[in-house]
Amino acid sequence: MKHLTCLFILLCLSACETVQPWERGTLARREMQWEPDRMEISLQAQINASKEASSGGQGAAGGGCGCN
Amino acid sequence: MLKQWALVWWLALFALPAAAGAQVGEPAPPVSLPLLSAPAGQELSLASLRGKIVYLDFWASWCGPCRLSFPQLEQMRRELGPRGFEILAVNVDEQERDALRFLEELPVTYPVVRDGTGDTPGNYGILGMPTGYLIDREGIVRLVHQGYRKSDGEALRTAIVELLGESPR
Repeated sequence: MKHLTCLFILLCLSACETVQPWERGTLARREMQWEPDRMEISLQAQINASKEASSGGQGAAGGGCGCN
Repeated sequence: MLKQWALVWWLALFALPAAAGAQVGEPAPPVSLPLLSAPAGQELSLASLRGKIVYLDFWASWCGPCRLSFPQLEQMRRELGPRGFEILAVNVDEQERDALRFLEELPVTYPVVRDGTGDTPGNYGILGMPTGYLIDREGIVRLVHQGYRKSDGEALRTAIVELLGESPR
């Protein structure tokens, strides 16, 4: 029984799938980006830094279509 | 024993996708898809271009480097087409209208076919967008080009010219 449960879990795990390069259309959409507009983000950071007298901790890597 | 088999199966699941795909020096997997460009809907196969040097280009409308590659590829096709060079662009967008909008912005004279199912890019085992395969007159993959930067055009052109210079075996 234990073995069967193990096998079942393994088979379930195999259902995890990688997003293929040609399936990244939705991920490449603007609303899926952490930083849709870099210029705007740097402007926001500038304002934030001047108001808070500190900088950093802006943005994060990730999202995108994975091109290049 | 069962545990060992489970492990073997588990590893096999990972090994399968890695083994697939078009490799340099091997025949290009067959492609036969409906045209997006005129005459739209008509099937075009890679085999029908045998005898020419073909650049098989997988692209999508959302892919930035593809946008960069189109004008350069069009230029190469115009220049080297008469010498026996052809481009077959395979669109992999989920929505056909996205591809058509892209082609309106960046029109090209070479044939563009469409695969919305992902079967063809899957067969080729592409790892990024865009990916291009330079295929010789015998249908053998000679070069795989991943991604696209502006400076890639010249190297690609050189590779094509080199292949065009080879006499048919």
